[in-house]
Amino acid sequence: MQIYLPIAEVSVNAFLLLGLGGMVGVLSGMFGVGGGFLMTPLLFFIGIPPAVAVATEANQIVASSFSGVLAHFRRKTVDLRMGTVLLIGGLIGAALGVLLFNYLKALGQVDLLVRLCYVVFLGVIGALMFVESLNAIRKTKSGKPIQRKKHNWIHGLPFKMRFRVSGLYISVIPPLLVGLVVGVLAAIMGVGGGFIMVPAMIYLLGMPTKVVVGTSLFQIIFVTGFTTLLHATTNYTVDIVLAVLLLIGGVVGAQIGTRIGVHMKAEQLRILLAIMVLAVCGKLALDLLLQPSELYSLGPAGGH
Amino acid sequence: MRGRWLLAFLLLWPALVQSEEVVLGLSKAEVAITTRFDGSDIFIFGAVKRETAIPEGPPLEVVITVAGPSLPVMVRRKQNRFGIWVNTDALEVDAAPSFYAVASSGPLDDVLRDTDDLRHRIGIHRAIRSIGAPDEITDADAFTEAVIRIRENADLYQTLEGNVAVDQQTLFRTEISLPANLTEGDYATRIFLTRDGAVISHYETVIDVRKVGLERWLYALSREQPLIYGLMSLAIAIAAGWGASAAFRLLRDS
Repeated sequence: MQIYLPIAEVSVNAFLLLGLGGMVGVLSGMFGVGGGFLMTPLLFFIGIPPAVAVATEANQIVASSFSGVLAHFRRKTVDLRMGTVLLIGGLIGAALGVLLFNYLKALGQVDLLVRLCYVVFLGVIGALMFVESLNAIRKTKSGKPIQRKKHNWIHGLPFKMRFRVSGLYISVIPPLLVGLVVGVLAAIMGVGGGFIMVPAMIYLLGMPTKVVVGTSLFQIIFVTGFTTLLHATTNYTVDIVLAVLLLIGGVVGAQIGTRIGVHMKAEQLRILLAIMVLAVCGKLALDLLLQPSELYSLGPAGGH
Repeated sequence: MRGRWLLAFLLLWPALVQSEEVVLGLSKAEVAITTRFDGSDIFIFGAVKRETAIPEGPPLEVVITVAGPSLPVMVRRKQNRFGIWVNTDALEVDAAPSFYAVASSGPLDDVLRDTDDLRHRIGIHRAIRSIGAPDEITDADAFTEAVIRIRENADLYQTLEGNVAVDQQTLFRTEISLPANLTEGDYATRIFLTRDGAVISHYETVIDVRKVGLERWLYALSREQPLIYGLMSLAIAIAAGWGASAAFRLLRDS
């Protein structure tokens, strides 16, 4: 069934969009990532203009994250206090990110920067997670309990705060910084930033994996909600029809994904996420390295 | 002697120009973009009205063009730098129609002279306007060619040679299919009658391509009340997220 999108001004198959939304929703619920890093390139691929894809994707992430976070709330796996601290950092970071984005846009080459950001971050995070999860799996198999480093330099910082749900007593500076960096990157790369935040929370802050997913979703709702409003009021690029189709699939997928996630071991969950992150990274890297079939591209004028 | 020729010419002039005129019909003068819109075929037909007998000489040919609104386009070219493909050169094409179809009763080179093509801007190359390339770009034509190539691949630019049927040098008809990814606006539709490659008469009308109903309302809201539109998008997102969560809980509990 073809459907015409009023803002994107293209006609696409409604079932294709529902399917894409559902697939990304499952991943979102399983891993606590918004799925934007996967969905945005997929939308480009089916012919949605990039500006509309990025803005509408933000709106869809709000829906699937909200759906996912409710399930986590019921299981009490959301650290609200940690989420709020991350959110404060995130909003400051997003504002800085928008400024940086506009500055780079004035210089040109913003496309290249976004792509390089994707390749570098996805590559580094994917590889680190993959190796770590493999080691963890090997250790559990050999019978030894997993030892996560409990004390590192992070515990020496001031302004300590107790995060009861996470079972942590650490300084607020590292979570604020994590939120800030994720906010900046999210604004530049046009995604929720879950795929950066989840590993940062596990490896830098030492939070338990089960709490990480709910807390990350909680923070993502607000950051992407803010981004949606910014796009809607400045660029007029949020396509509500596209968003509704994606989010119907997305919210259903997120519910399924959350339930799958419960039945899986944390290490398995992480190794799957690592493989996916590496796959997207590889695809983007190939796009940069191989000669494209069409060297020219068209865009709206006035975007100097 | 010369004065008499001039007089004869002046007397004959209106007759020469107006001797063959277009009477036009369109299967639809309006294209409504609804939610289920997935392209539209437009049937353009008409007749040639003439007071005198069909003139001797080469037969009457018909060229029909349909053009969407013209907008400037930024064309970027990639080059290999340090092993990766990056956008290097950019050129702004001043005006390129969002849609352009040219249908003719025979090969365009045969039914239309270059001078007339130039004067009326009929061919796709003539419909695109590009002036003033920056100094560092020496091959500005390659950028215009790229616009045509990319849009031809997307069916947005169509050259339909031999697609106009002409009967008895009087009746003509053609069909032009508008693709699904259409932009709103006035689509200028022009009909040219030619003999021996020269345009002897032309006629212009407009096909109105408009979003209607829900499409129209959403589009207008997003431009005129962006904050309300944005908040509405968020509200829908939150409601859908909550709804799905509640529905799944019911399913599991029952």
